[in-house]
Order: sequence, then structure tokens, then C-alpha cells
Amino acid sequence: MPKPRRLKLAVWKFASCDGCQLSLLDCEDELLAVADAVEIAHFLEATRARVNGPYDLSLVEGSITTPHDAERIQQVRRSSRFLVTIGACATAGGIQALRNFADVREYLSVVYARPDYINTLATSTAIADHVTVDFELRGCPINKRQLLEVVSAFLAGRRPVTPPHSVCVECKLAGNVCVMVAHGTPCLGPATHAGCGALCPTFHRGCYGCYGPMETPNASSLTNWLHKLGMDDRALQRIYRTFNANAQAFREESEKHDP
Amino acid sequence: MAGRSGNGTLPLAALTVDGLQALLQAFRQHGYRIVGPTVRDQAIVYDDIESVEGLPRGWTDEQDGGRYRLTQLGDDALFNYAVGPHSWKQFLHPPLLRLLSVERDAATVRVVPEIPPTQRFAFVGVRACELHAIGLQDRILLGGQYVDPHYSARRESTFIVAVNCGKAGGTCFCASMNTGPKVEKGFDLAITELVGEGPHVFLVEEGSDAGSAMLDEVPHRAATQDEIEAAQAVVARTAVAMGREIRSGDLRELLLGNLEHLRWEEVASRCLSCANCTMVCPTCFCTTVEDTTDLTGDHAERWRRWDSCFTMDFSYMHGGSVRASARSRYRQWMTHKLASWIDQFGTSGCVGCGRCITWCPVGIDITEEVRAIRESPATTEGSS
Ligand code: SF4
Ligand code: SF4
Ligand code: SF4
Repeated sequence: MPKPRRLKLAVWKFASCDGCQLSLLDCEDELLAVADAVEIAHFLEATRARVNGPYDLSLVEGSITTPHDAERIQQVRRSSRFLVTIGACATAGGIQALRNFADVREYLSVVYARPDYINTLATSTAIADHVTVDFELRGCPINKRQLLEVVSAFLAGRRPVTPPHSVCVECKLAGNVCVMVAHGTPCLGPATHAGCGALCPTFHRGCYGCYGPMETPNASSLTNWLHKLGMDDRALQRIYRTFNANAQAFREESEKHDP
Repeated sequence: MAGRSGNGTLPLAALTVDGLQALLQAFRQHGYRIVGPTVRDQAIVYDDIESVEGLPRGWTDEQDGGRYRLTQLGDDALFNYAVGPHSWKQFLHPPLLRLLSVERDAATVRVVPEIPPTQRFAFVGVRACELHAIGLQDRILLGGQYVDPHYSARRESTFIVAVNCGKAGGTCFCASMNTGPKVEKGFDLAITELVGEGPHVFLVEEGSDAGSAMLDEVPHRAATQDEIEAAQAVVARTAVAMGREIRSGDLRELLLGNLEHLRWEEVASRCLSCANCTMVCPTCFCTTVEDTTDLTGDHAERWRRWDSCFTMDFSYMHGGSVRASARSRYRQWMTHKLASWIDQFGTSGCVGCGRCITWCPVGIDITEEVRAIRESPATTEGSS
């Protein structure tokens, strides 16, 4: 059987910390297999060499925070056959979406000597708010196993296995003792999308919600319980306002706890 | 192991703590992997144990809806607690299991099925409700037309040392479900711990030929009449100290007659659909199958993992999930467990272990939900 043409992969960066695309470079053992399986046509974090589009698979990291990026994502979409967003910035707006709850001009005046040099949007939003996205991979950062799964699934023409149920399912599969029930430690696991393998509960900490809301989140019920465990409004607002602050279920829940 | 069915005979042999230790040693000599209760991460879990030193000596638990705490009493008791977050299905019906792998090269595709293990388990400290739960899983995974070879390989060679409960947990209700606290059948050996006044001994009942043969290998003596009476008193005390209860006789009719009850909406407002209740339930057996390929496409694997009726994928058919609301998912879980299970398998699917109550992160209590429906039946027209 002749090997088919190698598919062209592009990696794009918008407003983000680079952590998610670095997960790809972090796949040390598999990196050669990746390079073998796809032609890395555009990946500035890894190589300056660029191959022109169109691209078969685009991995997009980061959120849209500037008018320029709002334009650029349209070009990326046009040159991509299959567009996958990776990480909390690209799928929910990231930590920088905290600006959505504040006045960005005020931030600018505090942070920059010449705020008038800065051209920015009032909000940080997910890629899917701007263009059609074919698949979203959650996490802050993403899990590299899941990234390999997404690329492998794309190459095989199948659906990636990245279940959208709660972190609790992974926690129980791992045989963990629930930190909320047995230790009284607040945990966002029941409202959070799986994918990390219940990393924090495995190390006796509550889940911070890095993967954003699970498929059918019931944040208000969880909040009532967290309140009984001793969290006040301020603490409750803060736990929902981290890397996925602008994801709908977390945003709406956090807004109920304005001090 | 094939257990003898219960004949209600009294425990006859007595083992000291050293005798129990000798029993564990005998298991090891026979090549068993010994699994029992042990303290880890502030809970009593089931894991490998080496000796009686690994058992939770002096520990007990407090349990309530969404709450579990270990406390140290500092006494000598080895089994003075109720069930914890794990159940034996962790070992007999593992959470994650590779079913097969596929290798492809230029000319061939080779399917390599997973070979069931030959390792034999010795379970130490199996409670009455858990024996019933294992019995239910036997019926489902071994008893029908399709036998699960992975369950079968693990189950048939497992040696069971049961324990009569000396303490009912705060969320236990086996007495309501007629599944405990006294163990009746399905064990190889069953022990009752006597601790406190008098010498620390374990009265042993033999439940199978394998059990009798194993007991013969370790030092023991005949139990005295006083000891036998003390052991009977232990389970009798536990039976009247249940933390929860359910009136169970008419549950099927009650629940199936109230499928449109407003309580389902109310519980759905609290339920997180997190699936913890099904993961910890010793009778829940549902799994899903996941296929993966690697980057080259030359290696694929098929894995089985625990699934839950609380996920959307569980009822996904082309175009969407059949049970899209939390109300329908909770109702499915509870009515299956307590009602339609009876139609399907001849008994209730609940053994009253209380795990789903304790380990629900928001303390939803199946006994409370039944009570709420019973106390205001047919708020809207019941359907069937
Ligand atoms: S520790 Fe957190 S993620 Fe794990 S079961 Fe408990 S609530 Fe769920
Ligand atoms: S439904 Fe709850 S109480 Fe009944 S067997 Fe399952 S976990 Fe135990
Ligand atoms: S009943 Fe409790 S444990 Fe079960 S899915 Fe609902 S919130 Fe989770």
C-alpha cells in the first residue's frame, strides 16, 4: 500500500502563554512519530521554516484580545481544512478573560506607561466565538496524551476519545479517596470537564477547574455545598474565575457572588 | 471458590490474632494476592495487605451524606468500621481493562486478545452487603448467555474471608434490604471479631471445602459457648444500629407508580451528574468501550472502562442523548437500582451499603429520596 501524502499541520498562537503548544514539543518520545506522520508546516515555537497553506490540520492556541487577532483568526480559518482549538485560552478566553469582568482601560492605565500605544479589545474571547471550530481540546494546560490522541484520531479519521464527563469519574477510576468527602477540601471536580486524569485530587488537593465546565455542569448545587464547607462569596467567586472564567457555566456562577 | 450455601450453623472455631496472621501467611504460601481493608489518604480502602499489621487496627469511621471521617479509637479492633470508598469490584471488574490490541504491518493485521490473569485473590474482610453485591455481579456477568471471561477468571479463583459487621456505618441500611449485617452465604470463611472484654479472638465459620482446608492449615481451637453467644450478640447489636433505613417491600410499585413525581425535579436541582454514586456502588456494572490508535495507525487498542448512566454519552444515540436532563438521569439510576432491576434480575440492585450516600459530593441520600416520594405520592399523575 503506498503511503498517502503526509498531512500538513500548522500551529497558531493567539493571546496565550505558549504552554499548550509546548505540550507538543513536550511529547519527547512521540515527537519523531509526529514529524513522521505529519508535515509540520507552520509552528513558530519549533521552527522558523514555514510552508504556505492550506493546512490539513490547524491547532490554535490562545484567545482573541485584539482587533488584529480578530482578523488573523479569519485567515487561519480560511487556510485550514480542520481547525482544533487547544487549551483554556482558545476554548474559553483563558485567565486574561478576567478583563471581561473589569474595565480594560483602567487596567491599561495602571500597567502601561503609554496606554495610548495599546490597541486592545474590551474582552478576551474563545476562538469559537469568532470562527467555526471543528474540535475543542480543553485544559490549562492541555494534557499531552490527549493532544496525541486528537492528532492520532484526526489521522485515522475517527473521533478523539476525550470524554466530557466530570473529573470525578477519572478520580474514581484512579481509585482515589475523594478529598471533598473524606477531608472536607473544596473541589471543583464534579462540575469540571475530565481530561487531566484527576491530577490534583490524586495529590490530595481539590480540583481547580482547569478543564472548564463538564458536559452538564450544576455549579449552583456545588456552590451550595462549598458554602457549607466554609467558602464565602468572595472565595466562591474566585474559584470560578480562574483559567476558564469566561466559560458560560463558570461565568454565570461567579456573577452570582459579586461581593 | 464455590461456597456452601448457608445452613445457619454457628461459628465453631476460634482464631487468635496470631492465628489470623497465620491464615494470611497460608494465603501467601498458596500464591494468593491478599487484598483487604487498610488506611490510606484518611480513609479505609481495599488494597494489598502483607500482614495483620496492614489492617486498620484501632480505627473507625464516621459517615453521613457527603461526609466521611476516620477517627482513631486506639483499641485493638481490626474490623471496627463500615465499608469505605472502594468495593471489591475494583478487583473483580476493574475500572480500566484492555480488551485487545491490534498490530498492522505491510501484509497483515493481527488481533491480540487480552489474556485474563491467572493471579488468584484472597479477599479479607468482605461484608454481608458486599457478598450480596458480588452475588449480583455474578448473576449479571457470569449467569446469563454471555459470560465475561475477565470477570470469570478473577472471580472463580477468589477466596473470600467474610466479616460479620461489629459496627453499622452512619449510612448503612443493609438490615432494610435483607442483605446483612450477618453473612449468610457466598464465603469460604466468615469471621466475627470479639474484642474488648475477654481475649481478642475471631470466631470462624466455614463456608466451603476450600475454607475448611485452609482453616486446617492454621492453629485454631474450638469456640466456647460463651464466645458463640457473644458473636451472635455482635451482629444482633449491629442490626439495630443502622444509620439509615428504607421500607423496601413495595419499592418497585412505589417508584414505577411515581415516574412523574415532582421530587425528581427537586433532586435534579441538587444532583451534579458527577457519577460518583455509580462508581462507588458495588453492584453498578456498566462499562463503555474506547478504541484508540497511535500516530502511525499500525497499533490500535480497545479498552473497557466503567461508565455511568449519569453521563450524556451513556444514552447517546444518533443525534443526541436520550436522557438529556439531570431529572431523567437520576430517575433512571434510582428506578433501575430499586425497581426495574427486580424485573431484570429478580432482586433489588441495592444492597444497602450506603456508599452512594456517603460519597455523593453533595450528600444526596437514596433513602431520603424514597421517603420523600413515599410521603407525598403521585404529586402528578403517575405513569407506568
Ligand atoms: S476529589 Fe474532587 S474530583 Fe475526586 S471524586 Fe471528590 S469531588 Fe470528584
Ligand atoms: S445504591 Fe447505594 S446503597 Fe445501594 S448498593 Fe449501590 S451504593 Fe450501596
Ligand atoms: S446523586 Fe450525587 S454522586 Fe450521584 S451523580 Fe448526583 S451528585 Fe453525583
